[in-house]
Amino acid sequence: MYRYDEFDQQAVDERVAQFRGQVGRRLKGELTEDQFKPLRLMNGLYLQLHAYMLRVAIPYGTLSPRQMHMLAHIARKYDKGYGHFTTRQNIQYNWPRLVDTPDILADLATVEMHGIQTSGNCIRNVTSDPFAGVAAGEVEDPRPWCEIIRQWSTFHPEFSYLPRKFKIAVTGSEHDRAAIKLHDIGIRVVRNAEGETGFEFWVGGGMGRTPIIAKKIKDFVPKADLLDYATACLRVYNELGRRDNIYKARIKILVHEMGLEKYSALVDAEFARSRGTVKLPDAEIARIQAYFAPPAYEALPATSTGFEAHKFEDKGFRAFVRTNVHAHKVPGYAIVSVSLKAPGIAPGDASADQMDAVADIAERYSLDELRVTHEQNLVLPNVKLDDLYTVWQQLSAAGLASANIGLISDIICCPGLDYCDLANARSISIADELQQRFADLERQYAIGNLKIKMSGCINACGHHHVGHIGILGVDKHGKEFYQLQLGGSGAEDASIGQVTGTGFPPERIVGAVETVIGTYLSLRHGDAETFLDCYRRVGLAPFKAALYEAR
Amino acid sequence: MSFYMELVDMKVLTANRLDDGAVVYIGKAAPWVEDLASALVAVDAGAEGQLTETAAAAVKARRVVGAYLMPVTVEDGRILPASVRERIRAAGPSNRPDLGKQALAPALPR
Repeated sequence: MYRYDEFDQQAVDERVAQFRGQVGRRLKGELTEDQFKPLRLMNGLYLQLHAYMLRVAIPYGTLSPRQMHMLAHIARKYDKGYGHFTTRQNIQYNWPRLVDTPDILADLATVEMHGIQTSGNCIRNVTSDPFAGVAAGEVEDPRPWCEIIRQWSTFHPEFSYLPRKFKIAVTGSEHDRAAIKLHDIGIRVVRNAEGETGFEFWVGGGMGRTPIIAKKIKDFVPKADLLDYATACLRVYNELGRRDNIYKARIKILVHEMGLEKYSALVDAEFARSRGTVKLPDAEIARIQAYFAPPAYEALPATSTGFEAHKFEDKGFRAFVRTNVHAHKVPGYAIVSVSLKAPGIAPGDASADQMDAVADIAERYSLDELRVTHEQNLVLPNVKLDDLYTVWQQLSAAGLASANIGLISDIICCPGLDYCDLANARSISIADELQQRFADLERQYAIGNLKIKMSGCINACGHHHVGHIGILGVDKHGKEFYQLQLGGSGAEDASIGQVTGTGFPPERIVGAVETVIGTYLSLRHGDAETFLDCYRRVGLAPFKAALYEAR
Repeated sequence: MSFYMELVDMKVLTANRLDDGAVVYIGKAAPWVEDLASALVAVDAGAEGQLTETAAAAVKARRVVGAYLMPVTVEDGRILPASVRERIRAAGPSNRPDLGKQALAPALPR
């Protein structure tokens, strides 16, 4: 993992001291709320329905156990004993007091964490593949590049007041677990015909009010040009992106309205003009990459008799392995997904005790590392096959062994109207009802791989546009109402879901999802045809008919 | 709903307390109260104006932020916010009855 150097630590410590002064001046009346609000937002502090909300950055979703223990400590000491992991691989605290936030940020700084770049019209916390560095078939670990982008973008003077927020995601795999095509800039590490690695650049993707799939702007950007090319993309946007209309201010609108060809020509011209300005020497790349060198893996056989025996003997463990354990690039190891989608718990929520428990497990059994996923789960990236059974037992004891990764109950869900000031409708309550309705694991297996994603407003924090089944909460004449979308995907085969038609009241939306599932099961070509494949084959019409004709 | 209530536009002034962000209301007996049941209900433009003036002074005095009038109804002497959003603000998150004001008192119907 990357460790702060003295410059990183000084920058974060100075920011804490600045914010302490700003909070003090606000409380003394030397700053008005209008003056203070942009300052608090620059440190991730929002004001929500019930209280302030502090969003803490988890750069590219990688955490040490020490950091996770600190997140637990903050939940316990300053909040109400839990936190919420978000679709941006961050964590949010729902109840901090303004007067405590300087102390919270000071505590976070002791473990190299902060709330910088989690709000405002800047380059936000960079996100990545939660399986980075351990996935089989990966071209290269994308995290050194994320870290280079983090260092370049943090407090970047030219890009601190962009027309709108700007999100960058990087993956090193062909299978996209980072939703790069739904980002302002999506980057995929690729290898060219000469065997050199570089970057495929995608630009102008995003969800929100106007969902757009990113367009590929460059097949191959050499490593040394990463920051120059990104600078050119951002500089054109910063100059031409709209500032008169917040709904049209994202780069996706600029690229869409201007057309990729014209935007690309401007980027190329700027790149040609400024190339070499942001140098990325090989020595610096190597220095950053050294932080992400693979841990000391043991030479192990590819199979474990103990693991196989436990799988045979224990049904619960077998179910866990079926969905939550994934192939690792190193023989004898596995990647373990820790589901934060237990019944009755808001998707993405974890208690302080659970955070401590998973940190302990990571320390002992996962070579000191944890990941946060944009699907609001955690990952233990380096577990020996021999240790899997013990890890599962310890996760079970902590209430963290839900065996449902990739199944219908593994729902992405924003905080919605239960917490969020922007929301129009609740989402957690609908997720809860869906989980109850589809609780039976055998039924979940029969349905197969299915991603439900739900947002409580058009801002789409719950990624509803790219859910295989997407649900959007809206306000209809002062009442909660839910629109249904089908056929979205945030993966390498990205697509935007189609709205089925008129929405549903809260008491009917779960039934509507059940109708969709029933229709899929009756139409699919064999058990192996997933919902998404089936939908893409048959289209919206049969689902629409099933949903509305019986009305 | 009574005949009286159909005619009268009732409002309560709400805000978030500056130092901890807690949801508060201008009260009948005290300037700011946490419990909606103790809030002062304005039934005419004059009363609304007074609430707005009180809130503006409290914003200036750094006691609260984000003050606004919210529509309510009164049923059987109980103040009920008109919107789901305000009912959730008054009670707490609907998925966590152990948190928010509802943890201390029975939740409002939502």
